[in-house]
Amino acid sequence: MPFIPHTPEDIQEMLSVIGAANIDALFDEIPADLRAKPLVGIPEAMSEMAIGQLMQQRAVQDGRVLNFIGAGAYEHHIPAAVWAIVTRGEFYSAYTPYQAEASQGTLQLLYQYQTMIASLTGMEVSNASLYDGASALGEACLMAVRAHRKSKSLRILIPNTVSPIYSKVAHACVGHQRLSLEAVPFSKESGTLSVAALDAYKGQDITAIVIQQPNFFGQLEDVDALTDWAHANGTMVIAVVNPLSLAILKPPGQWGQKGVDIVVGDGQPMGVPLSGGGPYFGFMTTRMEYVRQMPGRIIGRTVDLEGKQGFTLTLQAREQHIRRSKATSNICTNQGLLVTAATIHMSLLGAEGLEDVAATCCARLDEFIAAVAKVPGVQVKFAGPRFHEAVLTFNRPIPQVLDALAKQGIAGGYDLTPHYPELGNALLVCVTETRTTADIQKYVAALL
Amino acid sequence: MTEKLIFEHSRPGRSATAQRPHAVAAQSKIPSALRRQTRPLLPEVSELQAVRHFTRLSQLNFSIDTHFYPLGSCTMKYNPRACNQYAMLPELLGRHPLAPESLGQGFMTCLFELQEMLKEVTGMRGVSLTPMAGAQGEFAGVAMIRAYHHARGDVQRDEIIVPDAAHGTNPATATMCGCKVVEIPSLSNGDIDVEALKGAVGPKTAGIMLTNPSTLGVFERRIVEVAQIVHKAGGLLYYDGANLNAILGKVRPGDMGFDVIHMNLHKTFSTPHGGGGPGSGAVGVSERLLPFMPIPIVGKEGDKYRWLTEKDLPQSIGRLSAFMGNAGVLLRAYIYMRMLGRDGMHRVAEFASLNANYLSARLQKAGFEAAYPSRRASHEFIITVKRQARELGVNAMDFAKRLLDYGYHAPTTYFPLLVPECLLIEPTETEAKQDLDAFVEAMIAIQREAETDAEKVKTAPHTLPVRRLDDVRAAKQLDLVWKATG
Repeated sequence: MPFIPHTPEDIQEMLSVIGAANIDALFDEIPADLRAKPLVGIPEAMSEMAIGQLMQQRAVQDGRVLNFIGAGAYEHHIPAAVWAIVTRGEFYSAYTPYQAEASQGTLQLLYQYQTMIASLTGMEVSNASLYDGASALGEACLMAVRAHRKSKSLRILIPNTVSPIYSKVAHACVGHQRLSLEAVPFSKESGTLSVAALDAYKGQDITAIVIQQPNFFGQLEDVDALTDWAHANGTMVIAVVNPLSLAILKPPGQWGQKGVDIVVGDGQPMGVPLSGGGPYFGFMTTRMEYVRQMPGRIIGRTVDLEGKQGFTLTLQAREQHIRRSKATSNICTNQGLLVTAATIHMSLLGAEGLEDVAATCCARLDEFIAAVAKVPGVQVKFAGPRFHEAVLTFNRPIPQVLDALAKQGIAGGYDLTPHYPELGNALLVCVTETRTTADIQKYVAALL
Repeated sequence: MTEKLIFEHSRPGRSATAQRPHAVAAQSKIPSALRRQTRPLLPEVSELQAVRHFTRLSQLNFSIDTHFYPLGSCTMKYNPRACNQYAMLPELLGRHPLAPESLGQGFMTCLFELQEMLKEVTGMRGVSLTPMAGAQGEFAGVAMIRAYHHARGDVQRDEIIVPDAAHGTNPATATMCGCKVVEIPSLSNGDIDVEALKGAVGPKTAGIMLTNPSTLGVFERRIVEVAQIVHKAGGLLYYDGANLNAILGKVRPGDMGFDVIHMNLHKTFSTPHGGGGPGSGAVGVSERLLPFMPIPIVGKEGDKYRWLTEKDLPQSIGRLSAFMGNAGVLLRAYIYMRMLGRDGMHRVAEFASLNANYLSARLQKAGFEAAYPSRRASHEFIITVKRQARELGVNAMDFAKRLLDYGYHAPTTYFPLLVPECLLIEPTETEAKQDLDAFVEAMIAIQREAETDAEKVKTAPHTLPVRRLDDVRAAKQLDLVWKATG
């Protein structure tokens, strides 16, 4: 019996202690007519070897794709040590650290994570993670409504330079709580949000605005001016950022005169593999004054009864298992294992190492753009500074372009036409430090 | 044993250079106004220092791999290594979520088959794998219930009925979905108060959220009647899959009359808990909720797999994650189900129940008081130490903390809220009889200590990396990030 250790003798002894004739008798409180029939839709058991062979086969069927897609998930080198430690049973098979004394490893790690991500984003406090970046944006919108006591409108601006993928998830998360998430158009010339576009909302009660940096097109927004506009208007600022970019970009805590109010994003670029879409983790940092409005687990440092340093879950009065229907969120788990990966990743690379990664991404992207701009029928859509990604336009439909690339084993980018028909045949392409000159040449050759 | 903060291992100018790309000369064209001026507080350590630090941290944890972990309602069963290894094949790890379907047919086959198996094992008509945790699965479920009523123009239905024994996530979810919570009591035998339910339902009832077996560790015997009452009132039934391990392959939520369920793949299907996530809260639905399922879902046309999106399900409650939920967790659940196979499913419930009933019987024989002694235990059961608390001043928390000294992770304490001084104990099917016996011996020893040296129990643990922590100080003098100055 896979994973079940009972011998026939064990079973007999156990049944006799219970006073049951057989195992089936343990289910005698379930009405007989409800009992399940054999589960014919489930195949017979496979041995570890057989399932291993099957998974190998499926993996090989998909092959090793040369990836040029970003759009919220980024391929980076992950040091070998990261997942070697993450998959240690003591991290992998532990649970939420409710018993603090027996969970100091996870708790201290999370405290260190909170320190790192707060510093990286330039904010005062962090939680121990949320599900992913997109759902973290939804939680941030709800948090802004709780935190901004003067604003009554429940209106939140989500400019069209924010990921439409994130925007959709935010809508699904907050849709039941009467929030109004409103789109704002961007400049077709620069691919960024202008302060002028916000002036249409001047003087209105807007609870918060979301600013993504780099934005969905990979372009850099004028975050100082946008943040100052919002604060002058009495509007909170929610920043959506790529944590790797913060190795070289101004942290949201320093945007404008006062810095932003809430920062969220996806931690995936920090040591988490692409893995078909997850598991990743969402992060959230904020000002100390809003800490009690923050959803999710928070770890604090304290002392034990002998005065020795220790770590524990804190501010639990916000959470569902205490507050039930009045909790800040229904969130229960975080993404602990992925945060473990990110913390080890950030520790191994350090600030300087992350700078090198980010700078190499920029250099590779520049190299790619220079090469692809020479291909007839291809144009680089926006000038201006960018990170990780760029928008290309083609003289033919994007599905046709992507099919041709896929035939060469290349995932060629993210088709923008469904969301942004106004951009024409536009493709969002990502180049990280993992793409070599040879990879770039292969891409360009496939377009010719 | 303790371990310094990694920042205290740090020294300026030290780094793990092999892990960094070789620096490129070209500096990018980012204007200085957009650039970072001061470096973030990240440690400067060598690879060895980092590896040693995090390995030592891991050793401060209890985990399934190192300790019996009978945490009630959490199903801490063994996480097979094969599930991890085969979900981490390089091709699968390297797959971008937005890569063309033509380059992901192998991956999508696994997810499609997982959907099919979960449908079969729960008796539901459709499954969506996207929710990233149980609580998000709950959110999806209640959102679908609301969408269903709204689509029928039945917009006044905004009340969700929740038994008092429910997980805190149930009422919190109802609130997040814009519903009001109506709480109904449990009877002294652990069943729902059906009369109270009859009084609670009405034209405003959107649905009821139930866990069955309940968090009291007993099967809700009048479930068919409950379903009839709620359905007759126009409401739908939500199944919280927290305790699915107890009935896997024995009775299916779909056959009990549930309209929507979430499954905790990290419990029943043995994906890792990871120190508090990632979870995975796949949802299953009955016929009438099919149009509202969260997307994406894997569809099959001929022998090709493709993502079902807004175009296919225009009434969907939408997307709950940026991409495909916790995809890597789904692969682990898939591998686990294939290794167990058809007969492995009901064996899970059978041996989980055998272990729970055995442990309950032995503890009762040793003098411990079960909260529901007249009932069969499901996969878990409740011991109450209210007598010990009253007579000896030793409470459930003290037992829990002392168990840590004996090398056992504590059971769930003080949940469910309606049983005083309770220990909710869930051994799972992967524990051997001799380990259960040893746990009983530890409980007996602690009981003896409570009678002879209560102080020792009340001040436990004594042998862990730290003693009991000052939670009040943690909440009052908030120290949430380390500062270089101290």
